[in-house]
Amino acid sequence: MAKRVGMEVALAVAEAVGQCNIDMAAVYPITPQSHIGEHLSDLVADGKIDAEFVTVESEHSAISAIIGASGTGARVYTATSSQGLMLMHEILPIASAMRLPLVMGIANRAVSGPLNILNDHSDIMPQRDSGWISIFVENGQEAIDVSIQAFKIAEHKDVNLPVCVNIDGFQLTHMVEPVEFPDQELVDKFLPPRVPFASLHPSNPVTMGAFAMSDYFTEILKAKDEALKNSKKTILAVWDEWAKMFGRTYKPVETYKADGAEILLLTMGSMGETAEIAIDELRAKGMAVGLVKLRLWRPFPFAEIKEVLKKAKKVLVTDRAVSFGGPGGPVCGEIKAALYNEAERPAIYSYIIGLGGRDVTVGDFTSMIDKVNREEVNTDTYEFLGVRE
Amino acid sequence: MIEVRWHGRGGQGAVTSVELLAQAAIGVGKYAQGFPSFGPERRGAPVAAFSRIDEKRIKVRSGIYKPDVVVVLDSSLIGLVNVTDGLKPDGILIVNTTKAPADVKKELNFSGTVATVDATAIARKELGVPIANTTMIGALIKMIKVMELDSLKETVEHRFGRIAQKNLAAMKRAYEEIKISN
Repeated sequence: MAKRVGMEVALAVAEAVGQCNIDMAAVYPITPQSHIGEHLSDLVADGKIDAEFVTVESEHSAISAIIGASGTGARVYTATSSQGLMLMHEILPIASAMRLPLVMGIANRAVSGPLNILNDHSDIMPQRDSGWISIFVENGQEAIDVSIQAFKIAEHKDVNLPVCVNIDGFQLTHMVEPVEFPDQELVDKFLPPRVPFASLHPSNPVTMGAFAMSDYFTEILKAKDEALKNSKKTILAVWDEWAKMFGRTYKPVETYKADGAEILLLTMGSMGETAEIAIDELRAKGMAVGLVKLRLWRPFPFAEIKEVLKKAKKVLVTDRAVSFGGPGGPVCGEIKAALYNEAERPAIYSYIIGLGGRDVTVGDFTSMIDKVNREEVNTDTYEFLGVRE
Repeated sequence: MIEVRWHGRGGQGAVTSVELLAQAAIGVGKYAQGFPSFGPERRGAPVAAFSRIDEKRIKVRSGIYKPDVVVVLDSSLIGLVNVTDGLKPDGILIVNTTKAPADVKKELNFSGTVATVDATAIARKELGVPIANTTMIGALIKMIKVMELDSLKETVEHRFGRIAQKNLAAMKRAYEEIKISN
């Protein structure tokens, strides 16, 4: 039985990655990711893991370096935040098109400007369409577990796609909290060495990242879309295996007291458990409310989200990023799209919350739900929680 | 659940204190969080750090606005920072100062319990440096009684190695020498 220890979550993520028999990592430091990269480089420098840690001059180089290493068949890792992820942006769709099983930890942080180093989801949202599997976690234990699962998902022969693990910056990365590490022996059993579909070697030349004009481009993009959609089967199978081996369950859409709820609150990331407390408070007052936590952002779990949401009367979607001049919250836009073809569907309310590290308390959640309950907000627009105008 | 806010200056080790406290509490089977006030910090500038300790799993991740306990690592912050802001009226204020608790209580017009200890003098004597963060953990343990002082031994030894015993000695002295208002 693994022992519970108190550890800063960023360090715990690096420890977990260190359990995954990685061959190579390239990380460029940026707040609030830095402790992940620093600790991983410590593990390598101290000889605790047998891997190459490549110090690079930028995030663009970090992602490019792990793509090259992954092409040789190596198991690779990087981590970043915010502007670092923005600098990687042009490389991300190349990684998925090349079908390379990279794993990246993202310590989610607001994108400039104005310059801000605190948590929201504005860094991952612009990467939405880059063809990566994108998973959110809500506590330190999940950050450890999903960081390990990510390699197995990415490298599965039916997937071969990059995976990013979204770990809210500060709220998660800088929190010392109880976590337990799976036994190394079990991790080794869960995660055998990578078997690459193809690898670069001078004695067996192959082309990776080839040129494709209009005669093939559409087919390659369709193939990538199919691969990403199809990855859900593997993700579910990997989570099933994890539950059997380690006793902790993971689902694309998690629920809390959602049965029979007329109003459902939807969150993504580290605010989920704080929101649970709000649900407890309102349930105690007799309100039929529940919580839905979206874990799998890409591939988007359409079937699961429909199943959970369609019976509610009202759904309050919280977003931690803004699609400016568009639908407001990117998550809300997706939820609306998922439900559009349902004959029976709830009214959907959209709140933008927690931008640039603005705290969201239990009271904020209860007051948002209260406003929706009284229909003091409209379904045809979106609100910025607590904004001063 | 007990919620604690720590006030210090950048470089005085408030963040180390909350890490050690959380690790020790988790080590004895409790649930705990330790976290800094998020954002950039500068040496010498006022900073805060936070602790939560509970018997059951802690779900809340928002900030601490109504702490049960406030620990002040540097008494020069009093007057500069509102150290009793949000502190529960029956809460506990623990200050590193040479002043008597009754004087601090009067000065801050605080209704709850005030405890003081000259942690800087203890740290100077026991550690050879005027850094009172670990010393003040001893003072806090005395006041909140969530665990034995010995429960910190393993955590402190792991963190400080050869200077661990000096830190433990300083914590023990603060635990014993703290003065409490009535």
